[in-house]
Amino acid sequence: MPAIGRRVPRREGPEKLTGRAQYLDDVAIPSCLTGVTLRSTIPYGAIRAVTFDPAFPWADFVVVTARDVPYNRVALIADDQPLLADTRVMHQMEPIALVAHRDRDQAYEALKHITVVYGPEAPVLTVDDALAATTKLFGDDNVFKDIRIERGDVDGGLAAADLVMEGEYHLPHQEHAYIENNAIAAWVDPDGTLVVTGSMQCPYYVHKALKGLFGLADRRIRVIQTATGGGFGGKEEYPNVIAGHAALLARKAGRPVKIVYDRHEDMLATTKRHPARVRHRTGVRRDGTLVAQDIDIVMDGGAYVTLSPVVLSRGALHATGPYSCPNVRLRARAVATNTPPNGAFRGFGAPQTLFAAELHMEKIAATLGIDAVELRRKNLVRKGSVLATGQVLRESIGARPVLDICVKRSDYRRTRRAHDRHNRDARQTTWKGIGLAVVHHGSGFTGRGEVMLASRASVVLGRDGTITALAASTEIGQGTTTMLAQITADALGVPVDWVDVEVPDTWKVPNSGPTVASRTCMVVGGLLQRAAVRLRDQLIELVGAVPTTRAAFVRAAQRLCGDRSAVRADEDYRKPPEVTWDEDAYHGDAYAVYSYGAAAVDLEIDRATFEVTVRKVTTAHDVGKAINPLLVEGQIIGGLVQGLGYALLEHVVYRDGVMRNAELTNYVIPTSLDVPPFDVVLVERPYSRGPWGAKGVGELPMDIPAPAVAAAIFHATGSLISKLPILPETIRAADLARS
Amino acid sequence: MPPTSRVLEFTVNRTRRRYAGLPFRRLIDVLREDLRLTGTKEGCGEGECGSCTVLLDGAPVNSCLIPICQVQGRSVRTVESLGRPESLNALQQAFIDTGGAQCGICTPGMLMTATAWIEHGGSADRDAIRRCLAGNLCRCTGYQHIVDAVTKVARRGSRR
Amino acid sequence: MRGAAVSMTVLRPKDAREALRLFARRPDALPLAGGTDLMVAWNLGSLNNRVILDLSLLREWSRITRTENGLRLGALVTHAAAERHPLVQRHFGLLVQAAATVGGMQIQERGTIAGNIANASPAADTVPPLAVYDARVHVASAAGRRVVPILEIFAGPKQTTLGPGELIEAIDLPFLEKAPGRQMFRKVGTRAAQAISKIVAAGLLWTAKDGAVTHVRVALGSMAPTPRRLRQLESYLVGRKLAADTVREAAALLAADVAPIDDVRSTAAYRLATSQRLLEWFLTPAN
Repeated sequence: MPAIGRRVPRREGPEKLTGRAQYLDDVAIPSCLTGVTLRSTIPYGAIRAVTFDPAFPWADFVVVTARDVPYNRVALIADDQPLLADTRVMHQMEPIALVAHRDRDQAYEALKHITVVYGPEAPVLTVDDALAATTKLFGDDNVFKDIRIERGDVDGGLAAADLVMEGEYHLPHQEHAYIENNAIAAWVDPDGTLVVTGSMQCPYYVHKALKGLFGLADRRIRVIQTATGGGFGGKEEYPNVIAGHAALLARKAGRPVKIVYDRHEDMLATTKRHPARVRHRTGVRRDGTLVAQDIDIVMDGGAYVTLSPVVLSRGALHATGPYSCPNVRLRARAVATNTPPNGAFRGFGAPQTLFAAELHMEKIAATLGIDAVELRRKNLVRKGSVLATGQVLRESIGARPVLDICVKRSDYRRTRRAHDRHNRDARQTTWKGIGLAVVHHGSGFTGRGEVMLASRASVVLGRDGTITALAASTEIGQGTTTMLAQITADALGVPVDWVDVEVPDTWKVPNSGPTVASRTCMVVGGLLQRAAVRLRDQLIELVGAVPTTRAAFVRAAQRLCGDRSAVRADEDYRKPPEVTWDEDAYHGDAYAVYSYGAAAVDLEIDRATFEVTVRKVTTAHDVGKAINPLLVEGQIIGGLVQGLGYALLEHVVYRDGVMRNAELTNYVIPTSLDVPPFDVVLVERPYSRGPWGAKGVGELPMDIPAPAVAAAIFHATGSLISKLPILPETIRAADLARS
Repeated sequence: MPPTSRVLEFTVNRTRRRYAGLPFRRLIDVLREDLRLTGTKEGCGEGECGSCTVLLDGAPVNSCLIPICQVQGRSVRTVESLGRPESLNALQQAFIDTGGAQCGICTPGMLMTATAWIEHGGSADRDAIRRCLAGNLCRCTGYQHIVDAVTKVARRGSRR
Repeated sequence: MRGAAVSMTVLRPKDAREALRLFARRPDALPLAGGTDLMVAWNLGSLNNRVILDLSLLREWSRITRTENGLRLGALVTHAAAERHPLVQRHFGLLVQAAATVGGMQIQERGTIAGNIANASPAADTVPPLAVYDARVHVASAAGRRVVPILEIFAGPKQTTLGPGELIEAIDLPFLEKAPGRQMFRKVGTRAAQAISKIVAAGLLWTAKDGAVTHVRVALGSMAPTPRRLRQLESYLVGRKLAADTVREAAALLAADVAPIDDVRSTAAYRLATSQRLLEWFLTPAN
């Protein structure tokens, strides 16, 4: 029975459901030391001295500082971030020294006996201060990356418009709050191989970073992912740092070292979603047709470059919303501040800019007196639409169907009128609102990213009939292993339980790229599909058809392998010829294809307390093809809930350059009582280059809830609140301001 | 003053255990480190995430907040008591069927809270189940598939 | 996890007398009941090298008993035990509502009401109901016993008026002589469940046949350094009928008995305005 399209149960489910899945801190590592980190307590300035209490028994401890690092740089995009701070501090919680001891208590005690003498300097804490560049943190202007995209004649378009609508939107930090904190262990095997294992999304990112730090050959570093308790981007690049730390300690100690953060440290020290300020100046005709979009984006990158250029890029490329407009000017900058570096978080710049784009459409609709749905329909992309980078959309465009399904299924118009009546009634104790948003999300890496990654995935057929899919894609909850098994099995023409998926271990799997950017199914699944098809064709050529019984299959495998222990099909990424991108001109096909999603959010607001209760979310997502609908629904609901948290609850409080509510008690994420029922519809507009037509889904749901919630609150109260999170305090203040 | 120490006795998953270590080690650490029952997870140390939930005399509690001296004479149940990969219990199987586990780190805690609910005759009302699970945070699923699983089993009145 | 077990001394008295004797000798010891507050601090590493006075063996303190004119909750009564007790449900419904909002189930099963009081957070959810029920706290030490009206236990945020060697032994809840005409418990938290309150309110109201207020008790938490009864508006309302302008005046008087602040969870302006709106809702006859 074909596996594609079936709700195949998660294959590692039994391990997870019985508590047997081994997350890093569950793994028994003999003779393992506990590693802990000494971190900066100032946001900016000099390290004058690091002194060790002479009365403390340091001989019993392993200590590492900057001078122990062979090449003190964390490899990502730029070479600016040290693994351990040496003479300068660029943010609070920056790592300065590492200590390891057999006893966790002793390791933490040791940190109290290290004194750092700082020469504090006035930090740059806001994007405006960064742009003023009085203090230079990065280059001359504190700008990590500057992107400009232009199409047509924006000034002409604005001049000719019937209405020019301005808006400014403010997006905050967001904390991943994966339930498993960052955790990595490292040791050196007897043959000299550095082994690093733990919670991560991208084993080959860690591998590359360690190569850079220690100058070891490829095979002398082995990175193995353990069961990972959530990532959401928070374990995309950050593991490079913690792995580097564990490796340093392990090499010096000659013993394994494990570093497991506690919640407080993880929230304080690791990456967050980039805050953003997005400004729109939009020209429209009276009938709602977009004629010009002038958009300015500034993102706060934190102290080091890390992934800011790419986050900025994806943010910029989604900033127009899923609309076509002949005249577009986009200017986007990521700037440096003395705060812990921000990084990847599901959506990767798009939730920020799509919040602005969609809420701005609501504002335009209200001002023009046009129905918000009609405004979208008028401008929504379709086949032949040209985007700001000149990309012509050719296929797989589910924008209109997802919008229409949401509108219909939520009974949007009738509900809106009913809520209007409810709101006019002075005896009611609540206001009600329904709001919607429609978004797009590019699948796979931006621009030439997939070409640069040069991914490879493989399928191996053993002479004993075992079939193994080899990819570096990690299971972090989204269902990778199950989904890749389904693709491999169907492509080969065998039952899904004949296929194994290898553990992401850099000794065993090729580099199929990171588990990010909604690329795992479409890109890596696509590679496995093609590899499996090649093996299938070899079997067919040999025995006429793919055998349907296990015994016959094993015999055929033996024949195919001959003397070899296995036959292997490697498949390397090949850019589809129709996809063209010019990095210098920033022009062309920014993404091979887009997924589309929409949601209608129905909510209620208490008139006395301004507390918001989301009553129902109706959503439709075009994912090209749902390889496993159960997993896809799980991603959609999970992503929507994270988006509801972003919209209504999750408030990162920063003061003096560090998070002040770095506990789950004070940084509140949604509980089971905070979320409504979800009505999820899967739409399939197949992509010709995706396995069975599949595109990405992982990030798409994250883009939708915040603008839909803001639109619903606008409907309910008349206040257009353009910053997140929308707390009761914010709604009350907006209500007062209006009356 | 030197730490006081004496032998404690309690049961874990129906097996009697003797503990002669430090009285102020936490229950979660005794389970994970001494008994190698690593199914119970630590996510926050604050009593917020619930991933450390075990049953203490049948009631769901956060094992990261309990010093072992207070477990004297009590009975502890962990996720390991529910079933094995080759023989999942009804609740575990329901989670598989409805997609209630994604990354799986919150799952043991969810299962223990849900087990207490079902064994105490908890209703199949979805809102009541949500209320019961409010002390178990999940970042992956958005809760719906979890509530589906618990509802399914509560409806059947399963007591395994 | 930064608590060092090896550094801790644990005293485990078997009965109340021994507990008070030990506490008198070591007044620096930290009393431990359910641990839902203390262990959080311990996990952060702030309690290393301390002495713990573990009260969990004092079974006599886990009981809920009848007194001559009310109920007595022993100091080790958990929130869950109080919620489930039929007499608490019948006579002290606001306490049941409040206990059900303290953390999640796991916290309610371990956390004690007395421990929550002794922790003295101004945001403690059960204190406003205890305050409107005129709860009285039995305080014991090796030197003797005293009884303290609930609100006099609080000296400031996380500070009590308990002296060295003093423990809360029990909480007395007197039955209401007459059922109130109206009652309210309302918590405004940071989210729908397991939340620290931004405002927590409890109220009891009795009116005569003609609608005039005969007696009213309102208490607020998270609105001042300590939980407060709103004495000014309580006295103002006695004898008055709840017309719209009276209700508004009462709400204005609320401000006199509170001192809300801005913090990581909320703002003073929101707290004040919202508590006033909740009070108005409580006092408005149509509701």
